[in-house]
Amino acid sequence: MCLGIPGKIVEITNAENKLALVDVAGVKREVNIVCIVDDEHPPESCLGDWVLIHVGFAMTRINEEEAARTLELLHELGELQEEFQAMKNSEKENP
Amino acid sequence: MKYVDEFRDPEQARKWLEKISALAKQVQAGKDRPLHIMEVCGGHTHTIFRYGIKQMLPPEIELVHGPGCPVCVLPMGRVDDCLALAEHPEVILTTFGDAMRVPGSLKSLLQAKAEGADVRMVYSPTDALSIARKHPDKEVVFFALGFETTMPSTALTVLQAEEEGIKNFSLFCNHITIIPTIKAILDSPDLQLDGFLGPGHVSMIIGQHPYLFIADEHKKPLVIAGFEPLDILQSIWMILNQLKEQRHEIENQYGRVVQVEGNHNALEAIEKVFELREFFEWRGLGSIERSGVRVREGYALYDAERKFSIPNLKIADPKSCQCGEVLRGTLKPKDCKVFGTTCTPETPLGALMVSTEGACAAYYSYGRMDSFESKRETTT
Amino acid sequence: MEGWILLNPKEKQQPDGNVYRMNSRNAKSFVPPVTGKSQTISLAHGSGGKAMRDLIEDVIVKSFDNPALNMLDDQARFDLKELTSLGDRLAFTTDSYVVDPLFFPGGDIGTLAVNGTVNDLAVGGAEPLYLSCGFILEEGLTVETLRLITGSMKKEADKSHVSIVTGDTKVVHRGAADKLFINTSGIGVIPRGVNIAATRAEPGDMVLINGFIGDHGAAILEARGDLSLKSSIESDCQPLSKMVQAMLDVCPDIHCLRDATRGGIATVLNEFALCSNVCIRLDEKEIPLRDEVRGLCEILGLDPLYLANEGKLLAIVPRESVERVLEAMRLLPEGQYSAVIGEVVEVPEKRVLLKTSFGGERIVDMMVGDQLPRIC
Repeated sequence: MCLGIPGKIVEITNAENKLALVDVAGVKREVNIVCIVDDEHPPESCLGDWVLIHVGFAMTRINEEEAARTLELLHELGELQEEFQAMKNSEKENP
Repeated sequence: MKYVDEFRDPEQARKWLEKISALAKQVQAGKDRPLHIMEVCGGHTHTIFRYGIKQMLPPEIELVHGPGCPVCVLPMGRVDDCLALAEHPEVILTTFGDAMRVPGSLKSLLQAKAEGADVRMVYSPTDALSIARKHPDKEVVFFALGFETTMPSTALTVLQAEEEGIKNFSLFCNHITIIPTIKAILDSPDLQLDGFLGPGHVSMIIGQHPYLFIADEHKKPLVIAGFEPLDILQSIWMILNQLKEQRHEIENQYGRVVQVEGNHNALEAIEKVFELREFFEWRGLGSIERSGVRVREGYALYDAERKFSIPNLKIADPKSCQCGEVLRGTLKPKDCKVFGTTCTPETPLGALMVSTEGACAAYYSYGRMDSFESKRETTT
Repeated sequence: MEGWILLNPKEKQQPDGNVYRMNSRNAKSFVPPVTGKSQTISLAHGSGGKAMRDLIEDVIVKSFDNPALNMLDDQARFDLKELTSLGDRLAFTTDSYVVDPLFFPGGDIGTLAVNGTVNDLAVGGAEPLYLSCGFILEEGLTVETLRLITGSMKKEADKSHVSIVTGDTKVVHRGAADKLFINTSGIGVIPRGVNIAATRAEPGDMVLINGFIGDHGAAILEARGDLSLKSSIESDCQPLSKMVQAMLDVCPDIHCLRDATRGGIATVLNEFALCSNVCIRLDEKEIPLRDEVRGLCEILGLDPLYLANEGKLLAIVPRESVERVLEAMRLLPEGQYSAVIGEVVEVPEKRVLLKTSFGGERIVDMMVGDQLPRIC
């Protein structure tokens, strides 16, 4: 359900109608940005934002800090696991 | 691709699988069946099969593929109604690619197109509106379907049509909402689910609060999950962790996209244009209370159901179909009586074989690995 | 009417630029000239009369220009001795080309019609020699469009050293065809000792491809315009015969060879697995895929393994020759990005499996119907 893909806003094509051009790996399409525009974020300020695109609409602004946090968590736990594995291995070697 | 590739790293996957495996053994110990985790959303089902995640998971975990494929759960009667609309000579029927193949009782939209109906595939409802602008002498009907993720886009398109005074555009609205369906699944007496992967993109619209009853009343953990394979592994690990600590909470793994409150502008557009129907029929699950929306009276001009006479057909699911049981997680796709025999992606009988996101279709085209595993072991 | 033949070479263009032909009742009937940008194809151009002759002479023969065609007999004739000196078997193939739009980034229906048939011959190990060309034109098509297309056909034919030696033109009423359809058949000669067949894949063999997958399918999807997507993706439409000859030079014992067109590489590999009763295991991370094609697939929910190609072949070669073949392929522009993407194993028979870039494994099945954008 609901295929969504991250893309970057590379041009505000029509600020009045809230239309912008997004780029996904070099493929461009005009999308509607109504859902990510408010008093704090006028259309012009959306240039350069990463957004999640679904059926021609930018549905949400991707939160860069949250993404970094998730990645950090992903890696940290992975690293912990590695250390844990190393510990287990060394236990095996030196019983 | 930013925000995509870093969540598909196979090195990290290996480490997480080890972690999941150890935790799953701990949590499942003493149980007479594997842990059942339902991914509600068809997009998750797709990721799981696309990356072969199912086979990577330890035997203690079984993923149950939920009802979150809007194409699959669309009842045949609605498809037939849509076909009736498409066959009006003044109508250009527009819809998403995946809706083109859904079979009605006699044919699909693709077949209707072959027979001469003007059916066009669009990427966005705004493209359907562009067609309406270009053909003022025609009636452009958009066959709208999807969960809360897709609802705002059609609502906003209607609002745009109103603003421009476009009168030859309307929706045949088949939008459905996910919460009542999860509720229906949780209420079923033969339920055997231990936790849920929550639909990330629906949650981006509706936020986290609507799921609270799952934790509070039904005491099940739900983790709102992203759609990349590492998102799914991490979310599974988070569910296991809750199970281990005997917690049942709504957690959010997909923080980069999902905010607690959802998306205000999107919700506002939905509220403006749509209202809940008392009942909506789901293929495989039957009628579910307050699970679908229709266009509000104030936007009647944009409602194909009011604009055209629609046969409003009710057609029963084929008797041999066991989609309901698969959707509730009490039956695996391959254990259905008709799976892979009379029900295949070429000639789908049941809802879940219809779209590539449907549990059975995904299982059919990407899965079926189980039978090979044993064979391979004997030869290598 | 078969063959492009001239009716009466004595008929000449009149000073006003138009051609008038006396009909049986001695009335002047107008026959549109075939020169000039605004001229369109009419039913007269398919009637077998003067208009048709002019069209053939001014557009087709002029474009394709070669001795066999210039004879304009009902058939092309070949010297058997010349053919047998090249090999011991003839290869013969036919294909029809319909594409919307006619012109797309990286090619047009003409480049497809020549390269498609050349490649069908090439992947049998044959040296392509002669093509036929049948046009079905929709009334109203501009002559200039046809001229552009015959021009690119000639250009592509020259690249592979093939001649278009015979053909046919029909014009149908407006609406009875979509602008222009082309059928080409081709003849080539297979050298002695070459034995390529879909049944010959053996466990231990390796799977090779000559570059990025899905470019053509992606370019066409975009060029149709109904999805409003823009990128610099171009069709990969190109002839493969030179590269196949180079591959056979270093490894005459190539087991299987097929060009992956509609249905993508998934379809061809399934055919190999099925015909040879083996399993093909692919490694997703080794499959060349352009960023933009990947982006398009992510947006539309498509699987690039099923996207069409028009200049990609899949080769199954014995393991000991794989390095040599790969090197030979990479020396040519059409094989610059060649890669080993998988291997042939025994079980599960008749299956294609993919080791995903994430480390999992899945089945790659035959495609069911057309691949449609997956949106919700």
